Amino acid sequence: MTRTSASLAILGAVLVAFPFFAGNYALSVATLILYFAYTGQAWNVMMGFAGQLSLGHALYVGVGAYAAAGLFFHYGLGPWAGLWLAIFLCVAMGLVVGFLAFRFGISGVYFALLTIAFAEFTRIGFDHLDWLGGPGGLFLKVAQRDSWDLPNFRGPPLMYYYAMLALCLLALLVCSRLLRSKAGYYWQAIRENEEAAQALGINTFRWKMLAVAISSAMTAVSGVFFAFYYNNLFPEQIFHISRSIEIILGPIIGGIGTLFGPILGAAVLTLLSDGITDGLAALGWEIPGIKQVFYGVVLLAVIMFLPNGIWPPIARKLKL
Amino acid sequence: MSLLAVRGISKSFRGLRAVSDASFEIPEGTINALIGPNGAGKTTIFNIIAGVFPPDSGSIFFGGRPVHGLRPHEVCAAGIGRTFQIVKPFAGLTVLENVMVGGFLRESTAEGARAAAVRILEPLQLAAKRDLPASALTLPDRKRLEVARALATRPRLLLLDEVMAGLRPTECDQMVEVFRGLNREGLTILLIEHVMRAVMALAQHVGVLHHGEVIARGTPQEIVRNPGVLESYLGEDTEL
Repeated sequence: MTRTSASLAILGAVLVAFPFFAGNYALSVATLILYFAYTGQAWNVMMGFAGQLSLGHALYVGVGAYAAAGLFFHYGLGPWAGLWLAIFLCVAMGLVVGFLAFRFGISGVYFALLTIAFAEFTRIGFDHLDWLGGPGGLFLKVAQRDSWDLPNFRGPPLMYYYAMLALCLLALLVCSRLLRSKAGYYWQAIRENEEAAQALGINTFRWKMLAVAISSAMTAVSGVFFAFYYNNLFPEQIFHISRSIEIILGPIIGGIGTLFGPILGAAVLTLLSDGITDGLAALGWEIPGIKQVFYGVVLLAVIMFLPNGIWPPIARKLKL
Repeated sequence: MSLLAVRGISKSFRGLRAVSDASFEIPEGTINALIGPNGAGKTTIFNIIAGVFPPDSGSIFFGGRPVHGLRPHEVCAAGIGRTFQIVKPFAGLTVLENVMVGGFLRESTAEGARAAAVRILEPLQLAAKRDLPASALTLPDRKRLEVARALATRPRLLLLDEVMAGLRPTECDQMVEVFRGLNREGLTILLIEHVMRAVMALAQHVGVLHHGEVIARGTPQEIVRNPGVLESYLGEDTEL
């Protein structure tokens, strides 16, 4: 067993055992960390692996969430059916964005702007979609929460924690396999120098589309989870650009393109920002927007002192 | 039968004629050089062959098949590998990984691509540096890496864009030996080169380009005695 897989096994065991020692609040924070770790991992496939900067990943969270929630709300279909619709719609939207950008040579900052634009269009569209609640929001019935109702994905906080943990581990395995495959090498080549990649026989259009498809499909699952965990959806919130930014902060701070960066980044950000908010509250200071200021400061510090993120130096220290 | 046939290609950029009705043929199994002063259109011809942009007019046949209008990845898949004059390493990847990327064109598994890459690194003297990031390489090594990556796609024709520039004479001679070896194994080579030492040592056929036109063709010995070439490019006092 290598050092890496041994460390991973220990971490996994700790996370599986965690709920037995943690209270409800700690469990909800841990679930949130796993949610951001997973979603960051999904975003990382596009940006970290293939070098395509999406600043509109809230689009896929939102569409995924509304797809599954809509089926449940109107037809009583559980998320296991909704999941497929969510993935289908998100991949379709991702491929539309990708086709428009990659076919017509839109890249870099302009590609990022296009992803923001699509998320914004969709937000405005959903504001006018009364069938899904419009700006007033869509609310799922919160049933009693003591027993695990897996077919409808209703249950106690513990169930959501384990679901998110399973997703995180699955994403980690899938991403580590991808990175070591032909797709992973091709994506990294495109990220480093697209012209050189083409000269080596890589159909860069096709491989970039694949990265978008995988990333949007993974993010769709985040959306489905979000809908059934929070039970309320508002276009103004779920599609908002601040949500897109929240998704990408974890991987940026942890280390873009690395496998553990998104996980570590999500943990550090969520723990520290919650800690600061709580600490200030304990002192009797309620400062609105302090979380955003904190995000800004952390981002600035990481860019200045650890431009590759905090995971790479830690990995070197631990010899992983 | 020629492997590559370039027939009357022209290309203009905003009214400036970069290549004008250029034609040449490259027989299979030969080493050919394209020389000429800066701005003569050499790299433009390379880019047209490699599919970076289509010619305004004219046609290109590779192994009897038309390749003009194909995109770069299709040209590469057809069997034409190329290097870039301004090197373009995948800086964040290791030397071995850089070459593996090329290897995936003919190998679907990472093991296969890695094995192919390892075989290529040895003769190019990059084997000891295989685990270094490409960003840590010196310019001569980056030039070798360009060649290694292109070779990993297993081309029938290799286009080399000034790979000798910046190399010391001994390094240049080593490269010459590498290309001779590859040529013996059947690889056809077309090189753009300013280093006449390498051109004289390698090329069996030389074409001279001036203002986008092919002004002379022949063996290296014929070319260096051609009055037109001496006037436009090499200069009267050239000693070889």
